[in-house]
Amino acid sequence: MYVYDEIDQRLVDERVAQFRDQTRRFLAGKLSEDDFRPLRLRNGLYIQRYAPMLRVAIPYGLLASRQLRMLAYIARRWDRGYGHFSTRQNIQYNWPKLEDVPDILAELAKVEMHAIQTSGNSVRNITTDHYAGVARDEIVDSFVWCELLRQWSTFHPEFSFLPRKFKIAVNGAEADRAAIFLHDVGLQAVRDAAGAVGFRVSVGGGMGRTPIIGHVFREFLPWPHLLTYLEAIMRVYNRYGRRDNIHKARIKILVKARTPEKFREEVEAEWAHLKDGPATLTEAEVRRVEGRFTRPQYQPLAGDDAGHLLRLAVEPAFAAWTKRNVQPHKVPGYAAVTLSLKKTGVPPGDMTADQMDAVADLAERYSFGEVRVSHEQNLIFADVRQSELNSLWREVKALGLATPNIGLLTNIIACPGGDFCSLANAKSIPVAQAIQERFDRLDYVYDIGELDLNISGCMNSCGHHHVGHIGILGVDKNGEEWYQISIGGNQGLTRPGAPAAVGKVIGPSFAREQIPDVIEKLIKTYLDRRESEEERFIDVVWRIGIEPFKEHVYGTHHQRQERRSRLLAAA
Amino acid sequence: MALIIKDRNVVADCWRRLELNADGNLPAAPPAGDIIVPLAMWQGQREQLIARPGRLGVWLDSHEDPANVAEDLKLFGVVAVNFPTVTDGRGYSIGRLIRERYGYKGELRAIGDVLRDQLFFLSSCGFNAFALREGEDPQEALAAFGDFSEAYQNSVERPLPLFRRRYLASPGGMEWS
Repeated sequence: MYVYDEIDQRLVDERVAQFRDQTRRFLAGKLSEDDFRPLRLRNGLYIQRYAPMLRVAIPYGLLASRQLRMLAYIARRWDRGYGHFSTRQNIQYNWPKLEDVPDILAELAKVEMHAIQTSGNSVRNITTDHYAGVARDEIVDSFVWCELLRQWSTFHPEFSFLPRKFKIAVNGAEADRAAIFLHDVGLQAVRDAAGAVGFRVSVGGGMGRTPIIGHVFREFLPWPHLLTYLEAIMRVYNRYGRRDNIHKARIKILVKARTPEKFREEVEAEWAHLKDGPATLTEAEVRRVEGRFTRPQYQPLAGDDAGHLLRLAVEPAFAAWTKRNVQPHKVPGYAAVTLSLKKTGVPPGDMTADQMDAVADLAERYSFGEVRVSHEQNLIFADVRQSELNSLWREVKALGLATPNIGLLTNIIACPGGDFCSLANAKSIPVAQAIQERFDRLDYVYDIGELDLNISGCMNSCGHHHVGHIGILGVDKNGEEWYQISIGGNQGLTRPGAPAAVGKVIGPSFAREQIPDVIEKLIKTYLDRRESEEERFIDVVWRIGIEPFKEHVYGTHHQRQERRSRLLAAA
Repeated sequence: MALIIKDRNVVADCWRRLELNADGNLPAAPPAGDIIVPLAMWQGQREQLIARPGRLGVWLDSHEDPANVAEDLKLFGVVAVNFPTVTDGRGYSIGRLIRERYGYKGELRAIGDVLRDQLFFLSSCGFNAFALREGEDPQEALAAFGDFSEAYQNSVERPLPLFRRRYLASPGGMEWS
């Protein structure tokens, strides 16, 4: 856990005072709605369907138990007793009152938290791999770099009024668990032949209405240049990004319009001025930030725990949970555990205040008082002793957080959708529930194997539908809610040979009640066509293409044409 | 005479700002007095403007490249940058370029849709004068310079980022490494 120093704390406190004054001026009629909007947005405050929505930052998804308790307290005192963990590793409250928000921010500041730049056209929360620091395939501990970037991006004087929001992700391991190629800037840690750390910098990726895989601008940017290179990218974007059309204002559109080659030349030309300037990072600064992170005091353990292995052999339900929800750890005898927020019947990512308090207690007892939020909207205990996995499992099961579905079809990523969000075309949560209900039989879901199913209620794609192996997108047709289905998306290089990819739409959209049937047909096609159990849904889509899936859902090409002719004849 | 903020004081503005005519043509310069002219006018009437009595300033719109005036900066008593809307942030980059890349030391003025809540960032980016949007009280706005007492980043106002200043202030922290 990064521990604030005096200046970190002071800046957050000053932000609370600033926003309190801005809110006072707005409520007193001294600031118009139009003038207040950009000010409240940069404090995470949207005006939503029913009430303001407050998005609280969880920098790179890392939380201490006392912070989680504060989130529970806020949920109880100012909301309706729950919160929603988002795909940006943040938490959202859907029912606070505008006039209470300064008080909420003041409470957050007491535990080194804030809502700074969780919305608005600024650099948003830096996201990363939820196994940072504990993964066996670690290259660097990405938390340190994320914190350096948090400080650099917080109240950046030049880049606080960008053309549009700006999202940066850092991945510090071999496998990409941070979807870096779907970000405005993606930073992949790499080591050169001499072992020095640098970053592969990709620019202009993103989801939304124009999904694009990021372009690699630098294969190896030595770490001291991280901030100056980012400033060069952002300056070119800030100066030339479109401001006349909100839908064409992201950096990816600028990169596309100028071509990646030309844009890169402009960045390099700008960087020539900034390179080796005062923002060049120093060894001393990296060590200082590293030193402000508390570290788990691991017990020296020989290796796999014998008692744990025995339990696995005799308790099938525990073994099933371990198989799906427990990850290996770089320290012998430890494991990382995922608490699933994807129980059937509960909106994905939602958690009650009571669950938050209970999880905060468990984290103290089992995982050094820390919890992580993943972009897949689950919680992680990163440092659990193998010997304690069984008793932890019993406790999280009692809380309803032990659904053994991580990586499986029912681990659905979904935005809050039309039930809460005023941008949404369609609801997400009932679709997720209908699918979870259809696939509630666990042995069937296991047989289907690894499958990412993501749902967004609109083109803003907060539910990451473009990179779901199966993606569902809510669309509006003459005021009615319809759903478009795509297959073949992938969030990132999670295994060799499976890079980030944007899914392809299979055909015309469906009514909500048809969705479970359609998903079942897609799954049936996969099960019929897979060559072995090791071949995942996504592998089969990539091998045979989308046509066989289309045929099963819509009929053969011939049948589709006949149907179209009949419809045309009837019309 | 309108009031502006300059070097954190409220002062009367002695400059007159000219704009292009509605048809896009250049306006006529008044025979005397200090004027701030649009970039196109400077480019089109350079010699006449230099020959004219009275001081001269130029203003850039947010889409205009400050490189256009980089060589001329010593001729201007004011360089102003327009913010067409609060959310148009191009002027922050323009301000830094004018100060940091082109070395301008004179009055750098933010004009247009400028409200008190932008002052902290604007002044970090090198602006030292502010013509607030009509109806804003410059006296009240002065407090906004103190919204934050520190900043992580290097900027015109803080040439070294916090981490370098912190390091220099630490015992033995002398080297630039």
